[in-house]
Amino acid sequence: MRDTDWDGVRLHVVTGKGGTGKTTAAAALALALAAGGRKVLLVEVEGRQGIAQVFDVPPLPYGERKIAVAPGGGDVYALAVDPEEAMLEYLEMFYGLRRMGKVLTRMGVVDFATTIAPGLRDVLVTGKTSEAVRRRADGRRVYDAVVLDAPPTGRIARFLNVTQEIAGLARVGPIKTHADLVRRVVASPETAVHFVALLEEMPVQETLDGVAELRAAGLPIGGIFINMVRPALEELGQVDVSELVLGLKAAGVPDAPGLAESLAQEVSEHAHRVELEKRERETLATAGIPMYDLPLLADGADLTGIYELAEAMREQGAA
Amino acid sequence: MPRKAPVLDVDAVLDDEGTRIIVCCGSGGVGKTTTAAALGVRAAERGRSVVVLTVDPARRLAQAMGLSELDNTPRKVAGAEGELFAMMLDMKRTFDEIIEAHADPERARQILTNPFYQSLSSSFSGTQEYMAMEKLGQLRRSGDWDLIIVDTPPSRSALDFLDAPERLGRFLDGRLIRLLSAPAKAGGRSAFKLLNAGFGLVAGALTKVLGAQVLKDIQTFVSALDAVFGGFRQRADQTYRLLQAPGTAFIVVAAPERDAMREASYFVERLAEERMPLAGLVVNRVHRSPAAALSATRSGAAAEDLETRGEHQLTAAVLRLHAGRMQLAAREKREQEHFASAHPAVPIVQVPAMPEDVHDLTGLREIGARLAGV
Repeated sequence: MRDTDWDGVRLHVVTGKGGTGKTTAAAALALALAAGGRKVLLVEVEGRQGIAQVFDVPPLPYGERKIAVAPGGGDVYALAVDPEEAMLEYLEMFYGLRRMGKVLTRMGVVDFATTIAPGLRDVLVTGKTSEAVRRRADGRRVYDAVVLDAPPTGRIARFLNVTQEIAGLARVGPIKTHADLVRRVVASPETAVHFVALLEEMPVQETLDGVAELRAAGLPIGGIFINMVRPALEELGQVDVSELVLGLKAAGVPDAPGLAESLAQEVSEHAHRVELEKRERETLATAGIPMYDLPLLADGADLTGIYELAEAMREQGAA
Repeated sequence: MPRKAPVLDVDAVLDDEGTRIIVCCGSGGVGKTTTAAALGVRAAERGRSVVVLTVDPARRLAQAMGLSELDNTPRKVAGAEGELFAMMLDMKRTFDEIIEAHADPERARQILTNPFYQSLSSSFSGTQEYMAMEKLGQLRRSGDWDLIIVDTPPSRSALDFLDAPERLGRFLDGRLIRLLSAPAKAGGRSAFKLLNAGFGLVAGALTKVLGAQVLKDIQTFVSALDAVFGGFRQRADQTYRLLQAPGTAFIVVAAPERDAMREASYFVERLAEERMPLAGLVVNRVHRSPAAALSATRSGAAAEDLETRGEHQLTAAVLRLHAGRMQLAAREKREQEHFASAHPAVPIVQVPAMPEDVHDLTGLREIGARLAGV
């Protein structure tokens, strides 16, 4: 057993503002958690097939299938939760109504659950996820951990706060009972909600807002993954152009007119950005939760990149 | 700039009196709202009478546009040149207003206090898209502005925005609704018995799954709504046709990253299928180097050379930094070229990455100038 910051957590929920690389981070976290022979389920709920794209496999059906092997053994399974299928499963599991489910689908009941009443939709998909967290076979947990690639930060508190969300819809009855069960899993100390952020103003602000919202809702907060971190060459500071001219000459770079000046300008732009990022990092730190750096991947988030991010997570104790 | 792609002439779109609606769409986090606001500022300065409808602006951008008040009506933007108005969509309020405008006070009260309505009207999926379209229709009918710029809701996928109104309309007009509203119309749940056995079974299952109270709430809501609208779908169709009409220009917004460009591709294809007029693609946050003449490979090799010799370490570090930047620029260019080869006819304009987020009119003006390529 490794000593990580989230020992004992079995449901890792990953959220983030659009464009921050939420799915990539969730995939890397699943790999990192699986490393060393564990079995992890990676769940997506928004019908985007983002996991399939990240792992470069054909679109996932509604079923758990192995999609990657972690370093040192260990398996990552993936599941794309389709609200419609989740509803049919729910009907079958709790009411033995599989055939009726098909009729309801044809009649637009599923459109109803997914489009019109997002509260119901959320109960169904979080319900499916918490079922995977609790599932046992032969007296053992089937999965050591479950990673949920959740909706964006702006919607995360509502999404997880299922009881609240359906409170207006159903104060009593089967839906309410189901929501209460889901809430117990989501709000337990075995769950952590992680945020993916960039060192830019809007993602940082949204992360802080999201953390505050989850705190208010009494939901368990995890850490922050700072994505696309570029190495900061702070020592560069102000660059002397004449020194640069000499250096370029020594390196045999052809002396294009103005090249040294342009490079010096690039350095000063870089220094400005480093300064801004430092400020954003300090702001982010006010959330008072662990932060982990994920490096910017030179070739984009391909499969190799995901393994690189997983390694970074392990090195920093996130998994 | 991707080699083959034609250049999007933003000023030509803004100056054309025939352009009445500009819709900015794209996946989340690519700068849609900022683009919409910058287009608004520029159009107003060029003499158009403009209203910008935004859905979920960042706080400081909202302040820049004077959107501190959430009152669901357009306000003149203080400090902007020309006729520039802006408003932030309040989805629940827009929905409430539709109800209030179309129902007698008693029925309106019935609907507005219904728990099912309250959940529907403040939910994020579907309703927001629909209400954005509804508001767009209202602004267009008012005739108070000659150019409306819409920033689409931050959907999980750019395509939701096109589908959601249609789905909502289809649902409210569908068989399920007929079934649900029938008993209430006939005065009670016993009316289920009047329907055929299949319907009865379905109703039984619904009661079992949803609970009797939820079902009753839905029935009350649906029958009240049904009487008010008598054709929700027709409304959805109208807004949809408005988007197909000449005078509408879609601007797809993306960032030069794989996911965002992929979404942009899907969107372009989808707009073509729906015969919706595409003006072009805006690629935000493009990284460029002031020293682009020196390639990544060359710069990296020179740095390595200096490092090996242990000379000019400062220059070596600068060359490394430059190599990294050129690599990033090359990757972004590749992403755009993929798009351009799949959609060679789509005009593109690039907006260079800005060091800081934009939170004032000066910043928006600058973005506007870059959009116009000046």
